[in-house]
Amino acid sequence: MNLYGIRAIYNFEMARMKRTVMQSVLSPVISTCLYFVVFGSAIGSRMGDIDNIAYGAYIIPGLVMLSLLMQSISNASFGIYMPKFSGTIYEVLSAPVSYVEVVLGYVGAAATKSIILGLIILATAKFFVDYDVLHPFWMLSFLVLTSITFSLFGFIIGIWADGFEKLQIVPMMIVTPLVFLGGTFYSIDMLPEIWQTVSLFNPVVYLISGFRWAFYGVSDVHIAISVGMTLVFLTACMVGIWWIFKTGYRLRS
Amino acid sequence: MQPDISVKHLSKVYGDGFQALKDINLEIRRGEIFALLGPNGAGKTTLISIICGIVNASAGEVTAAGYDIVKDYRKARETIGLVPQELNTDSFETVWNAVSFSRGLFGKPPKPAHIEKVLKDLSLWDKRNNRIMSLSGGMKRRLMIAKALSHEPQILFLDEPTAGVDVELRRDMWEMVRKLREHGVTIILTTHYIEEAEEMADRIGVIRDGEIILVEDKAQLMTKLGKKELRLQLQQKLDKMPGELTLEPVELSEDGYELIYTFDSQQEQAGVARLLRTLGDLGIEYRDLQTRESSLEEIFVGLVHE
Repeated sequence: MNLYGIRAIYNFEMARMKRTVMQSVLSPVISTCLYFVVFGSAIGSRMGDIDNIAYGAYIIPGLVMLSLLMQSISNASFGIYMPKFSGTIYEVLSAPVSYVEVVLGYVGAAATKSIILGLIILATAKFFVDYDVLHPFWMLSFLVLTSITFSLFGFIIGIWADGFEKLQIVPMMIVTPLVFLGGTFYSIDMLPEIWQTVSLFNPVVYLISGFRWAFYGVSDVHIAISVGMTLVFLTACMVGIWWIFKTGYRLRS
Repeated sequence: MQPDISVKHLSKVYGDGFQALKDINLEIRRGEIFALLGPNGAGKTTLISIICGIVNASAGEVTAAGYDIVKDYRKARETIGLVPQELNTDSFETVWNAVSFSRGLFGKPPKPAHIEKVLKDLSLWDKRNNRIMSLSGGMKRRLMIAKALSHEPQILFLDEPTAGVDVELRRDMWEMVRKLREHGVTIILTTHYIEEAEEMADRIGVIRDGEIILVEDKAQLMTKLGKKELRLQLQQKLDKMPGELTLEPVELSEDGYELIYTFDSQQEQAGVARLLRTLGDLGIEYRDLQTRESSLEEIFVGLVHE
């Protein structure tokens, strides 16, 4: 195992985060705060409780998930796309590192950033809304698992993308709608039955539902199904990455 | 002695069907400077990229320092440093961090003293805390070399190291490459500047259309393929070539004041004596004479256009 190699990639990526702290930490924190102000404090005070939880508190898990998903994808995809774009990838390809080590470095750093960001947002939320965490262990587990899974997903997007536009397409056109329709702002029960069934095909529903269960003990789907689906997606991303490195897809001609 | 790089029956066909390399066989000896010459698109960079692990081979075997580059890729790659043709750098990193990153990536524990030495040798020490984007082109080129040397490689690949580099820096780089060789580093360089190969290489390989068409000691190559030329400056103008000289490979210059005699440097040199004797017999007087050997460039052009 080339531990120095993993550490070099990891530190390099973390240094990149420090340089871009405005973009990678401050901006998602500010936009999440705006959600809290508008939907939590302003509109939320006029909304009824959902599952006996104040609306402002109800949307916290979904909003944290929104940032977590977007930032994991964007961090990891940029992390691997930039060396491809600038040409510095030659060094990683010619180094004595296995693909598992490359992924540990890039995805590990992206996931670390997301976890830090998630915790900052949770701490900031305390200023706007009062909330408790019923199952802290599960809350952290979901936070970590989701960060890793979507950083892996972002890594795949970064390899696949051959232009900056493609980097943006998946987070903006696919992930944002899935999160908004995945029960961030409402309970799936509130939808007409047909849309409840449709919602079950949205993988983000399981993430938000499980994460919310960790906070308040209520969920749209059973917690075991949430954990199961998250692990299925994690496995799917791992298989995707294994295939990329096996075939050299867009990395080695 | 076991070769540092051994390439056997190596072929590469790209996805679009283009065959970049055709059954390449090549051995590079430990501690030599090997220059790979060839026109654009001949396959130089593909060959280097395969040895360094950036491009997959279609067929064939390659070992570096005795390790198979696929089965034993870790050990093989640890021994190799690569300076690619393009100046690919991370603009926002500092020089020090970029070089330290490379060392770590190649699995070596931190060794600030070594990084310091490399930066000093390449005159980058003063710039160690500067961001790469603030460096000039020549400094970036040296930074790429520093990165390649950061993990103390046994084999160094320099792909067009002096392209776009000014004369003084080019001399400095040659000096550095010689010093590395003195320390036992094997150096493989590709170049367009034949002058560079002529100046530095121990052996020369010529690649054309994906095939190695020649591998020779430089000195042998020069004598084997080199032509010699004897130029005689005449006292008086000749209007036409005297009939007695038409049998020899002699030309008369346009202004009629010079006779140019071309001969293979390996041939017996009786021709020169015969020519001079004939001139004496004809009463043609000359005031000066020079001989010169053809340069590697002329040999190269001759080979590639065959």
